This record gives sequence, structure tokens and C-alpha cells, in this order.
Amino acid sequence: MDRSRLTVRVGGRVARLPIVAWLALVWVLVWDRITLANAIYGFVLGLALLLAFPFPAVDPGVRLRPAGLVRFGARFALDLARSVLPLAWQAVGSNRPGRANSVIAVTLRTRSDAVFVLTAVALSAVPGTLVLDLRRATGTLFLHALGVSDDATADLARRQVLDLEARVVRAIGTRADLRALTGEENP
Amino acid sequence: MSAVADVALAGCLLVGAFAALSAGLGLLTLPDLLTRMHAATKPQAVGVVLILIAVGIRHPTVDVITTLVLIALLQLTTVPVAAHLVGRSAYRTGQVRSDLLYTDELRDALDRGAPPEDLD
Amino acid sequence: MNIVYGVVAGTHVLAALLVGVRLVRGPSMLDRAVALDVLVAVIMAGLGLRAIIADEPWELVPMLVVSLVGFTGSAAFARFMLYRDDQVADP
Repeated sequence: MDRSRLTVRVGGRVARLPIVAWLALVWVLVWDRITLANAIYGFVLGLALLLAFPFPAVDPGVRLRPAGLVRFGARFALDLARSVLPLAWQAVGSNRPGRANSVIAVTLRTRSDAVFVLTAVALSAVPGTLVLDLRRATGTLFLHALGVSDDATADLARRQVLDLEARVVRAIGTRADLRALTGEENP
Repeated sequence: MSAVADVALAGCLLVGAFAALSAGLGLLTLPDLLTRMHAATKPQAVGVVLILIAVGIRHPTVDVITTLVLIALLQLTTVPVAAHLVGRSAYRTGQVRSDLLYTDELRDALDRGAPPEDLD
Repeated sequence: MNIVYGVVAGTHVLAALLVGVRLVRGPSMLDRAVALDVLVAVIMAGLGLRAIIADEPWELVPMLVVSLVGFTGSAAFARFMLYRDDQVADP
């Protein structure tokens, strides 16, 4: 993708047009009226904002895959819905002895910023995991996982995270991401 | 409003209220900060999204729904980020009860040096 | 329908009270930050309920504002805690 065409440069500062377009969309949504004047105003405002407060240069490297997106969205909604019940149960019966949780490290197979971020955000919706820290250079997530009290449950939790990563890659991953995924599944 | 819409609206409202209650209950009874955060952050997003759906069922007009979509998007993206920031801060300021942990691979990683990158 | 609204409003109040206990009890500032986050969510839910009962949903803009303020609040809070304790731990 030719990235220079999607940017605006003013005196050494760079604004990425997709982000400007996103801000304009938010502006239009806030005003509830989809008019050309509104859209233009939002666009100008977004551009000014991005030039005044520069955004870190992150290469999203996203390739949208509709089928994968639908599958990911459905599973995400299911996880969201599921997150209501177990915790309510847990809240009542949590003070029993012998319960243990863990902080586990999971290294993702892909190195894409977009996949990393979406996986981390989606993990926050999945019941039982909480992102504590992350290391972008190695693609490692440090998670606080509920109910991980031995090696078997730790492995299970790791497998669930990697499955989630696979769903994210099938939704927004590039071809390189897909290769990184399958390369490890069948070496 | 049709009966189906009524039932859907009542369902969304009741489950959303239940989610809020379970968050409150978890916040009160769970033993340490991190587990409390689990209870707090997860039902939080679901509860608000369900209420938003209910508002959408009650007022099915374009300008209401666009605003609802915006609130839902903001909620779904900011809640995990805020939870992560608080969790990270909790860990780094030593407010994690290690007696409630089976393994702690972040402590191992930090002990080996090379601390995880800073946010800024 | 009025019964449903009543039950939901009561549940919201109960949830807010439970959150309030944690807010007062702490023990740490981060506990209070988490509790405040949940309180913001309960307030949003309450505003949503009002919007459903009312004919004209003016509550949506406050919901948007509250959600944004809640996020910036807890983000700033977490950053502040980190910074302050860093200063104390290794100056």
C-alpha cells in the first residue's frame, strides 16, 4: 500500500488520513446530522487536532476479512455475554480456600501491532483474564488468569489465548500473519 | 411498541441491571485488587451495552442509534484500556497479593531484567 | 413494564451502594479507582434507564460525556499512581 498518498504533511508534521476520517465520522455521529458541512467541519477539525497533537507512527497493517470478522464478532459477543454469569457466581462463592490464580506469560505467534492490540482488548472481555502488562518487542502478554492453580489449567489458558489470536488474525490479519499462524500449527 | 420489543427491552434491562449488581457484589466480596478488577471490568462493559441496546429498542430513530453506537464503541474500547492501566499500575506498585498466585511469570520476567516497555 | 423499571432502578441503587462500600473502604487508591469506574458504569446505566422511561432521550449526551470523563479519570489515576510510587521506590 502506498502510504504517502494517505498522509498530509504540514511543516514536518504528518497526519494520517484514515485517522482523520475516523475522527470526522465520530464528529458526525456526535452531531446526529449527516450533512456535508458537518463532515467537512469534522474533517478539518480532525486534521487540525492530529497536526497539533501528533499521533505515534504505528503501522496498522490490517487486511479486513469479512467472514473472519463476523466469526470474531460473534464469538466476542458470546464472550461478553458469558462474562456476566460466572463472575456473579464467583462473587458469591469466592472465599473458599484452595483457590488460586496466576500471572501467566503468553507469547503470540504474530508480530502485528493491530493483531496484538485487538487480541489484548478482546482478552479483557473474555471471562477470567486481565491484561497486566505487555511487551511489544516480543509480542508477549502478561495476564492475570482466574482459576489457574496448576500447570494443566495454565496450559489451557494459554491455548485459549492463542485460539483468540488465531480468530483475530483470521479477521484482520495480513497474509504474513496467517503464515506465522499456520507455520507453527503444522511445521 | 410491540410485545416482542417489550420483552426484549425488559430482558436487556434486567440482565444489564444484574450485571451491574454482580460487579458491585464482586467488588465487595473478592479478596484482592486483581480479582476484584475481573469482577468490575467485565460486567461493566456488558451492562452498559445492554442498556444501550434497550435504549435503541425504545427510541428506534437514526440520531439516537448513531449516538448509541458511538457510546458503545467508546465503552468497548476504553474499558479494557482503563482496566489494563489500573492493573499494570497495581502490579508495579506491588499491590498484588502473591499468596493468591500459583505462578507469576511476570515477576520471573522482571527478575531476569529487561522490564516491559513503558507506555510513553 | 413499570414493575420492570422499578426492579431495574432498585438493582442499580443496590449496586451503587455495594460499590460505595468498596469506595469508602479502599484499602488502596487503586481499589477506589476501580470502584469509581464501576460507579460511572452504574450512573451510565441509570441515565440509560431514564432515557428509556422518558419520551425525549436527552440523557444520551451526558452518557457520552460521563463515559469519556470516567475513562480519562481512571487512566490519569493509574498513571499518577505509577509515577508517584516510582518516585518513592527508585528516585
